[in-house]
Amino acid sequence: MRMRYIDEFRNKDLINKLADLIHKSATRDYTFMEVCGGHTAAIRRFGIPSLLPGNVNFISGPGCPVCVTGTDFIDKAISYSKMEDVIITTFGDLIRVPGSISSLEKEKASGADIRIVLSGLDALEIARSNCEKKIIFLGIGFETTAPGTAVTIKQAERENLNNFFLLSAHKLMPPAMEAIIKEGVRLDGFICPGHVAAITGSSIFNFIPGRFNLSCVVTGFEPSDILQSILMLIKLVNQNTPKVEIQYNRAVTMHGNSIAQRLLNEVFEPCDTSWRGLGLIPLSGLILKRHFEEFNIEDKIPSKIINQEDNELCICGKILRGLETPEDCSLFADICSPENPIGACMVSNEGACNTWYKYRTVK
Amino acid sequence: MNDFISLNQGSGGKQTHELIDRVFVKRFGMDGPLSDSAVLKESGFTLAFTTDSYVVDPLFFPGGNIGKLSVCGTVNDLAVSGAIPKYISASFIIEEGLRTNDLVDITESMAEEAAKAGVRIVTGDTKVVGKGKCDKLFITTSGIGILKPEMTHISTGINIKPGDKLIINGHLGNHAIAVLGARKQLSFRTTVSSDCASLNHLINKVLQNCSNVLFMRDLTRGGLATVLNELAGMIKSGIILDEASIPVDDPVKGLCEMLGFDPLYLANEGKVLIVVGAGEEKKVLEILRSDPLGKNSEIIGEIIKDKNELVILNTSVGGRRIVDMPTGDQLPRIC
Repeated sequence: MRMRYIDEFRNKDLINKLADLIHKSATRDYTFMEVCGGHTAAIRRFGIPSLLPGNVNFISGPGCPVCVTGTDFIDKAISYSKMEDVIITTFGDLIRVPGSISSLEKEKASGADIRIVLSGLDALEIARSNCEKKIIFLGIGFETTAPGTAVTIKQAERENLNNFFLLSAHKLMPPAMEAIIKEGVRLDGFICPGHVAAITGSSIFNFIPGRFNLSCVVTGFEPSDILQSILMLIKLVNQNTPKVEIQYNRAVTMHGNSIAQRLLNEVFEPCDTSWRGLGLIPLSGLILKRHFEEFNIEDKIPSKIINQEDNELCICGKILRGLETPEDCSLFADICSPENPIGACMVSNEGACNTWYKYRTVK
Repeated sequence: MNDFISLNQGSGGKQTHELIDRVFVKRFGMDGPLSDSAVLKESGFTLAFTTDSYVVDPLFFPGGNIGKLSVCGTVNDLAVSGAIPKYISASFIIEEGLRTNDLVDITESMAEEAAKAGVRIVTGDTKVVGKGKCDKLFITTSGIGILKPEMTHISTGINIKPGDKLIINGHLGNHAIAVLGARKQLSFRTTVSSDCASLNHLINKVLQNCSNVLFMRDLTRGGLATVLNELAGMIKSGIILDEASIPVDDPVKGLCEMLGFDPLYLANEGKVLIVVGAGEEKKVLEILRSDPLGKNSEIIGEIIKDKNELVILNTSVGGRRIVDMPTGDQLPRIC
């Protein structure tokens, strides 16, 4: 028996047909931004660029939550990890991201209590069994993971857990996409994040064709999904009819998951936040609402971290804005590598530099 | 290297190699390529000698336990060097508070596996440390095997040339996923069992019937990707892989998709890579497939001329990409 819902989307004949149609339809140069790190990884992992004509180009966007997490956030987490009776709980990806002078991994090796969890609920369990300690959960991610954190906070409230706290770096996708367009990056359309849209609905991207005349196709993560989306985008560009279309219709609707949206709105509100590479973007972050502020570690113990400059040779910022590719970076692969990351894009499995390094396409 | 040892340095990938090179090899003065066993030539005999420590967490997992693993692992390290495994030592570091019955069960598994593999456990050591000074139980086994002179090329792959074929004896990744599933902190249950098994009888069948086996390596920590990158470096050639022919069973494939793992990097405890001279691959495949431990064997690729020593994967959808050494690992203590 073959794997359901995986093999069907990796069928070689289907892929070849789609690639063939793209070759026939691509009559000019096209540049599409894959916003989501999951797409960057899939494009590289399956070797998709080697299936496409040379005039179809991808640039990687700011959709890897680890990559856009600022140095100051890591510095803050490290400063909390050095306090007495604190356990830091984090998703594994974040542990190797360089802060201004150290990383959570290095702090863990030198004795800080930093534990990897797979969800906020795992962090709650650690809080329940370590009543005498403060458990800080590092909340990162977009509209996809923020509802999970919202559930965690509500559960902590229900249980009256007064030793559980959140350090939030949760972010919202549309403001970053708008910032990139306003940077003047030359783009023909967006391969839009399927998982974000499963929560929010595709309608959150409506402002992009409306105000900026660019097409968006909400895309799944299998190779046939990505190729089909590229074909859809090429057709929209060729017809000059910018709009939002859903390719990933097995998971995404126009209006999304209303329960998750309700939870998110109940627990969080938008705030200004800084993105690695993009700087401060108004109302692009998520902070706990006043009703839940007792869980906000920055309220409980304000941190005194000042924003540090990143390594000046690192071009993660330009890569996240689609202005450069990893291979344009003088540090790429020589000085900056997954085992010694200088910039955050080299750390995460979904980071542009990491996936370019790991899945270098054979020309 | 950093001031403190981090978990990544035990993952079997680039950082582990760096640690071994910079700390151990430099000081112990080892020469020649590092393989699974040392080949020792002493007055007429050639011996293979190996050692390995086992720290798997949890101690018991579907398909095995730390004891079975500690015998299979050492038997396999000897067998893939072309040796006939003979004698094993076993050292135990036991944490105060370990259940005696668990230790008995683990030891019984070791005895059972040793009998199955035809090796004798002949010496050992026991230490008990205070609570919190180790995690339940760590085992170190060492093994000695007899190496026929005509098999000494196998551990270094010195006779490999472009066109030679790569074979593996079945599905990848089952051990890593089984151990992960057995950890309580992960909120999924799986039917996946570890592939933990002694491969010496299977390998012996191949070696007795085929004269052109050029290299073997078991695909443990770091998985197939690590072994192939090491091999490419050792023989200064490239390797081309066909993703569609690499066997991965459905539950493992599904969990990999869910958790973001690549099966090429996952650990196995009953899988061997065999490089065989072009022309003999079908015979090797037939022998492997006739044994329960090799029934899902496949030819997965071949050696190519490439001065860049790259491992290249033809992806199942028709693309091409490089398969690199793994860096880092969020799955500590799977073996």
